[in-house]
Amino acid sequence: MSKHSSLSNSPKVSDWLDFSSFGRLILHTGKVDIGQRITTALALIAAEELSIPFDDITVRKTRTDIDPNEGYTAGSFSMQHSGYAIKKATATARHIFAKKASEKLNVAEEKLEVSDGQFRAARTNQSVTYWELMSDISLDVDVDEEVETKNPADYTSQNKPHIAKGMAEIMTGRYQFLHDLKLDNMLHARIIRPPHYHCELESLDSDVLSRLKQENVYLVQDGSFLAVAALQEYHVVKAARRVSLAAKWKSVKQLSEENIYSLLTSNYKDSFFVEKGCIPSATRKIPELEQIDEDKNYKIIATYRKPYHMHASIGPSAGCARFDGDGLMVWTHNQGVYPLRAAITEAFDMPIDKVSVQFVPGAGVYGHNGADDAAFDAAIIARHIPGHPILLKWTRDDEHSWEPYGSAMQCEIQASIDKNGNISSWSHETFADTFLTRPITGKQPATRMVSAHYIKDALPWPVAEPMMVPHGGIHRNMEMLYEMPQPRLVKNRVYDLPLRTSALRTLGAYGNVFANESMINELAEIAKLDPFTFRLQHLKDERAIAVLSKLQRVMEDQIRDDEQYGHGIGFARYKNSAAYCAIGVSLSVNEAAEVKLHDAYIVCDAGEIVDSEGVRAQLEGGFIQAASWTLYEQVLYERDGIVSRDWDTYPIITFDNIPQMHTYIIVNPGMPYLGAGEGAAGPTAAAIGNALKDATGLRVREMPFNPDKIMAAALEE
Amino acid sequence: MKEINLSVNGNHVLVDTDPDTPLIYVLRNDLDYTGAKLGCALEQCGACIVLVEGEPTNSCVRAAAEFEGMHIETVEGFGSPDKMSEVQQVFAEENVAQCGYCTAGIVCSVTAMFRKTRNPSDEQIKETLNRHLCRCGSHSRILDAVNRIRLGEKV
Repeated sequence: MSKHSSLSNSPKVSDWLDFSSFGRLILHTGKVDIGQRITTALALIAAEELSIPFDDITVRKTRTDIDPNEGYTAGSFSMQHSGYAIKKATATARHIFAKKASEKLNVAEEKLEVSDGQFRAARTNQSVTYWELMSDISLDVDVDEEVETKNPADYTSQNKPHIAKGMAEIMTGRYQFLHDLKLDNMLHARIIRPPHYHCELESLDSDVLSRLKQENVYLVQDGSFLAVAALQEYHVVKAARRVSLAAKWKSVKQLSEENIYSLLTSNYKDSFFVEKGCIPSATRKIPELEQIDEDKNYKIIATYRKPYHMHASIGPSAGCARFDGDGLMVWTHNQGVYPLRAAITEAFDMPIDKVSVQFVPGAGVYGHNGADDAAFDAAIIARHIPGHPILLKWTRDDEHSWEPYGSAMQCEIQASIDKNGNISSWSHETFADTFLTRPITGKQPATRMVSAHYIKDALPWPVAEPMMVPHGGIHRNMEMLYEMPQPRLVKNRVYDLPLRTSALRTLGAYGNVFANESMINELAEIAKLDPFTFRLQHLKDERAIAVLSKLQRVMEDQIRDDEQYGHGIGFARYKNSAAYCAIGVSLSVNEAAEVKLHDAYIVCDAGEIVDSEGVRAQLEGGFIQAASWTLYEQVLYERDGIVSRDWDTYPIITFDNIPQMHTYIIVNPGMPYLGAGEGAAGPTAAAIGNALKDATGLRVREMPFNPDKIMAAALEE
Repeated sequence: MKEINLSVNGNHVLVDTDPDTPLIYVLRNDLDYTGAKLGCALEQCGACIVLVEGEPTNSCVRAAAEFEGMHIETVEGFGSPDKMSEVQQVFAEENVAQCGYCTAGIVCSVTAMFRKTRNPSDEQIKETLNRHLCRCGSHSRILDAVNRIRLGEKV
């Protein structure tokens, strides 16, 4: 059996490739397109290996039981999982087809030319297409992982200009989002949430209910779960407002208003020593913090903080479900149709063959946002109103106040350098809530759905176990590539914190890389070395050196000597196993203490590149999203609930602070794919912090770097 | 219920709807123009922007009845996947969209800007785009595409 997770679940060529539609290749994948353009990359891989035109390839939207189970579309793994599987599957298929074509055309395989989906015998007019050969072959064979793949020197499709899958439809309003579904007999729905997590429904004004009934609006009440449904969407919007006013809620307890960073360090926690390979140890005792010999070393102790962040999708989450009294069909824009099916079958005690889950695109999710919950909510409503497809949309307020946030983090670092400017010790303790409350098949997935805690037979809130895998969650990217004595890395998984949290793009890596790469700069300063030299003298990994050296060259070439601008850099290899990414930033700070971004320099090594424009978009988009987190964002809350409930109370970056992008992708044809979707975020935060220091002389260690925090840092100095 | 006359993408339509129904629900549900998206229903994010008498206008709050007799354009009206408008074509060639949820509104605003001037200033571009939020971080590619149109590079 394959060691590759996708191929061990779906080992046959026919699990991935379908030639049954004449002239079209249909690709099956378990990875979903959430704007990262994975469908384009997969089609390009297949186009390259099989010499079938890109436009003749369709990538299916994942559906349970029809498409491979590749778990979640997450962790920048899509190319390493589905990309690898489809490359090997298409290469295997090509050899099978070529053998049959050689028999048919009566020429040796090596004399066959293949292009436009056809095999041609050199010097004759004879040709045969993949589809004509299909009746004589079977693809029900194992994918051969040792198969010879196309020589990169012969590539004709990858990295060539093309319009991405779905792009023309997006531009002309024809791309079908889940939010646009129109099914026969469909009802629109909205939910009515309590004011905050810890509330129970006390009463509902019965007059309002009877009036709604007269107006043909369904009210679904299941414990403290409330929803309305009707044929006309705007009727539902108004009905939801009326029910909201008619509902009285009892607050069982309030949210803690104590400073989140105090809670992170004082609440009950599980602490783990993180061993080489960035693996938390369940058994090893955490060593004491080393006493530094300050005669021989310079020491710095610093604490870095990030607040709770939202996924903050531009489209509020939606879900659609139809229950016919026996089976349940669900449409979702989440990142994992199979785990969602597991949650639904568990919650409703349904056999697995009675539930189908189909992916339909939605607005970007960036991790575990409200999409899973919205699908589950739609399923609850559908089970109360059998026969009608239910299209449920969350409101902006639902999305902002109920999605599972990315945890706040505190990173405490003590580090030292010796008289030669070499790192002589490093201790990093990181504190955070869980980054994984996604539904996981086999681990009580139903408890992970938010409404499961409000329906009649409410399930207990889940307490996620600490992730113990390398670079799992809170400890992701704590370990660095720099050479140094064995660092003291401690993961603290903190409990009983006020807000619901789960996976937000990069999990703990964003906070940890920000802290690490800020401290690296602080050490470089006392070593009186420039940030490049200091980093490079601690690196042996050649690809890391190449990426940083390239960044150094492009910044030296392009940066003018402008006293007003500050410059900073940050570097990491995501999870120490995916893409290498070095980021440079030039910025200034105006009199109102607002940060203005001028230039962003991005250098990335992501192994072999299939769709360079797609990688560029991921890197630049990752930069901009992370810049937004770093400069503007924090979830505000008080004891009566979430305060950040719209775009005024949760501002994000706008078009007037977008830097000029200078992006360089190091090309490595033939090397394994390295996921690039999340590599930019952590280095971006550090580069901005380091540039801010360069511009102002202030080391701001607590995000967001808004005027309040910058002024506070100035006062502290 | 109230009868409302609208011109949508050049076609006269008569819609029967509650007088307070915001324009976006009429466009999306009654007329099947689903390009415009509901993002906040607060006029904060720009996902719902369409053109009313050529001006970028949020459609998520104001009632359709307010637009009686007016000329409305949605992203579908500018072109189709086989025959895109200049803005759509350049945006597609530059692969500006990631998830694409905010895109229709931005295409509307940018189209209106270029109808007024072929050479918008940086300030005009920022003012036009600042009504729009994007979460995927497509901003830099959108700005590049707008610059390409401004400089008149051939489609």
